[in-house]
Amino acid sequence: MNNDSLWTIFLNASLVNNFVLAYFLGICPFLGVSGKLATATRMGGAVCFVMLVSSVCAYGIHQLLVAIDAPYLQLISYIVVIASTVQLVEMFIKKMSPALFRALGIFLPLITTNCAILALALFQTNKGYNLLQSIVYALGAGSGFTLALILMAGIREKLELATVPDMVRGTALTLMIAGILSLAFMGFAGVGA
Amino acid sequence: MTDSKGRVDTTTSTDEFIKGLWRENPVFVQVLGMCPVLAVTNSGINALAMGLATTFVLVLSNALVSMLRHFIPRQVRIATFILIIATFVTVVDYLIQAISLDLHRALGAFISLIVVNCLILGRAEAFASKNSVGRSVLDGLGMGLGFTFALLCLGCAREILGNGSLFGVALFPAGYQPWIVMILPSGGFFTLALWLLLFNHLKARQQAAATPLPEASP
Repeated sequence: MNNDSLWTIFLNASLVNNFVLAYFLGICPFLGVSGKLATATRMGGAVCFVMLVSSVCAYGIHQLLVAIDAPYLQLISYIVVIASTVQLVEMFIKKMSPALFRALGIFLPLITTNCAILALALFQTNKGYNLLQSIVYALGAGSGFTLALILMAGIREKLELATVPDMVRGTALTLMIAGILSLAFMGFAGVGA
Repeated sequence: MTDSKGRVDTTTSTDEFIKGLWRENPVFVQVLGMCPVLAVTNSGINALAMGLATTFVLVLSNALVSMLRHFIPRQVRIATFILIIATFVTVVDYLIQAISLDLHRALGAFISLIVVNCLILGRAEAFASKNSVGRSVLDGLGMGLGFTFALLCLGCAREILGNGSLFGVALFPAGYQPWIVMILPSGGFFTLALWLLLFNHLKARQQAAATPLPEASP
């Protein structure tokens, strides 16, 4: 059991131990979809939703696996739940907004292999959060991911206009910005403790 | 997410092995599987263990996917691949726990997270599901070793600068002030950016050498 207050859990997941900038989770979409602000915002929303659903499911599965005493099935059952949630979100977005569906492209099915979501399920199990704490943890992690994605997209949109040497253009430049952002987020250490 | 380049029929088996090491290096060229690359490379030994664990999963999942490639229906192939990968990752997780508990603690959740390493799913989808077992194993071995090589590049650089040691052995005299920032998260981003720059530079020079110009740019 874990007695952290809900506010501490939220702050911890979103700012202090930001999933992208402190734990390096979900780097692929972070580098891939952060080119445009609008796409980044929606991607963040989709990830938040998947996180929320898979967090609740993971809590249920964990209780079940403890009950039948089969911890070795944990990884396999989590990933199956996440994959089906992503499929659900994909169908939903395709129906509601085909334009967004095209904008997210390959990165929508790739939410399945977004390590942030599986990591969320594993961390909440390791930390022994109860259902309410798990939900808050998922919300915090999702908003932290969205925040990092939006910050990055904003900076990259500005950089479109700047002249950079050819060699630095692309991933190397994005990684350097991420490094600086990560330094900035270290300033949050100790908040909410 | 990756390209299989369609050159499969003309390449020899050695090529399948070599390409992962350098020409199509998963980290420096394809930029795949970034999360473990950044997260566990704060020391050389962690990087090596992670690289070998990933290689193990990659080789075995490539072999099994390739064996089953005629039986897996196209519609559910991704789910099947993920299940195969998850099985091998569970194996490697318990294996590392049995070999060294300290290592298991240092790598933490990142062993389980090999499941969602895009590199492994990418190779299963782009290569193993289309090629024979032998070639797939060689491809997995090459890609895995290329991945390990990249992890070691980062891990050693970060450990030397950030901790003044290599594989736990101190390198500098006592007066050395380590650059703590290198083993912190932001150091990972910077180191990877610098390695990518180096690779881009080498590639640009290779291209300049291949095209006969009167004077190559410096």
